[in-house]
Amino acid sequence: MTNAERRSEDGGTLPITLVPVDGPDPRVEGALVVPRTGIGRSLAAPTEVPDAAAVSGSDPLDPEAIRRDFPIFERDFGGRPVAYLDSAATSLKPRSVVDAVDGYNARYSANVHRGIYALGEEATAAYEGARDKVARFIGARDRHEIVFVRNATEAINLVAATWGRRHIGAGDTIVLTELEHHSNLVPWQLLVQEKDADLEFVPIDEEGRLIQANFDALLRTKPKLVAFTHVSNGIGTINPVREMVDRAHAAGALVLVDGAQSVPHMPVNVAELDCDFFAFSGHKALGPTGSGVLWARRELLEAMPPYMGGGEMILEVHLRSTVYNDVPWKFEAGTPDIAAAIGLGAALDYLSALRMDRVREHERLLTAYALDALAHGVPGLLLHGPHSADERAGVVTFNLPGVHPHDVASLLDREAVAIRAGHHCTQPLHERLGEAATARASFGVYTTTGDIDRLVVALRKVQALFA
Amino acid sequence: MDDLYRAEILEHYRHPHNFGTLEHPDVTQEGSNPLCGDRLTLMLDIDEQGNVAEVAFTGRGCAISQASASMLTDRIRGLSLAEVSKIGRQDVIDELGIEISPARLKCALLSVDTLRRALEDRVAWQAETEEEPA
Repeated sequence: MTNAERRSEDGGTLPITLVPVDGPDPRVEGALVVPRTGIGRSLAAPTEVPDAAAVSGSDPLDPEAIRRDFPIFERDFGGRPVAYLDSAATSLKPRSVVDAVDGYNARYSANVHRGIYALGEEATAAYEGARDKVARFIGARDRHEIVFVRNATEAINLVAATWGRRHIGAGDTIVLTELEHHSNLVPWQLLVQEKDADLEFVPIDEEGRLIQANFDALLRTKPKLVAFTHVSNGIGTINPVREMVDRAHAAGALVLVDGAQSVPHMPVNVAELDCDFFAFSGHKALGPTGSGVLWARRELLEAMPPYMGGGEMILEVHLRSTVYNDVPWKFEAGTPDIAAAIGLGAALDYLSALRMDRVREHERLLTAYALDALAHGVPGLLLHGPHSADERAGVVTFNLPGVHPHDVASLLDREAVAIRAGHHCTQPLHERLGEAATARASFGVYTTTGDIDRLVVALRKVQALFA
Repeated sequence: MDDLYRAEILEHYRHPHNFGTLEHPDVTQEGSNPLCGDRLTLMLDIDEQGNVAEVAFTGRGCAISQASASMLTDRIRGLSLAEVSKIGRQDVIDELGIEISPARLKCALLSVDTLRRALEDRVAWQAETEEEPA
């Protein structure tokens, strides 16, 4: 009996208006039965697409047109808008995302999978419609493989606490890298401490690229799991995911990819990457905070024990036992962040309309421009990470000799230039770089060369002040 | 931009006072700012009368944390522990004399918080508690 049949036998007290997608081609399109209401239909359809000017013409993005879609640029910071260079921390949000969140809260803020009334059905359709959008955006073959979580951190913790606790035992090895964000490090530390297992780390070379020969050597120790970031949030390195996945699989390991810094900035297709788990945060991809995604192969999700217990993740509850819900709802205990998921759907519509290959090219050109402008415009500035923009995403990390990055960031703030200073949740990477802290400028679809010019001018002022 | 840090702050940063180590300190205390990875090591010689006979610090950090350590160590040299106990976190911020944004408060207070931990067995602190100033 499929879950959908079980639900209908239940006398309609269950919530989900989805057709079963157990068939041979569970493509996400059409998987959702949109409720009868017209509003529900429009909600599940793509939300507002970017300003036509942004996508007209041939290839390059027009960031000036894109900026008109982002209300934050209307704010005045001393006669100019902010030069926002901290998109690796969180992205700005286009109006369509703001409207999607507001629309839910203002017009159909019912709970999902529960209400047998129009508002509840609209909310469910929009929430599940967002799941379809995520599946399509990252190339998932099956919408049931999309678990909504708060952020990439929660996605990774979910895998560590469920798959990890079941499959990692004493003496087992998990391979990570020196590039990892703390969110792809600490959950595994907690796990190996509990299980008396081991962590090993792929080192980086002088340009911050993983040393593949060392990775191969670590694979010969037969790790159970390899977990690494697609793109380094610390220094921008783009890792060769597919090649590493193939070699890890050949060695018998499963692979988790942290996509927090790749999904917002380049085409990502989990089927092509062939990884087993993939995590990303919606709030770095133009979506609201509180939106994040775990993707995993369905058979893995189905075999994993639940993460949290509560409502929604159940089919039947008795005093001493529970039958869990199907995936992905088994992992979505409690009322989810419905507005955030709907907002994420709108954000992915926005990015899809821009086209991710064009987003990547825009940011590659910006990165090349920034690397050149900083190297030639700010004497003595020390750049970290790959030298070529082809090998790095829109993350440019640097130190200004003699000036602490916190001072750099405070002083730049006086010029309405917003950068990040610190270790960017990558303390081991910073130990490897030999810096307690760095300054980081990171880009998004709305970043212009003008923002980078303002950064360079402001850095020269800082240098003059500290000279 | 030049109005953010007074010239005196920059001068303390370029040439911090009391920067170095003591040979046989009575008290050594390390402090760190987890936000930025800055570290500070504070060393104190306390004489028999209970006065701060000598003080030094090492470490690396931003202009605000270094200047505040430089100023604070100047201020406490020669004071009795009773006098030291009256130094509050707000006093340190006042002495810096610049606008400290909430994000930089930990930088400004690293030295005084490290001093408080260094002397927690010897001094009943009189000013405020570990709460951050409003």
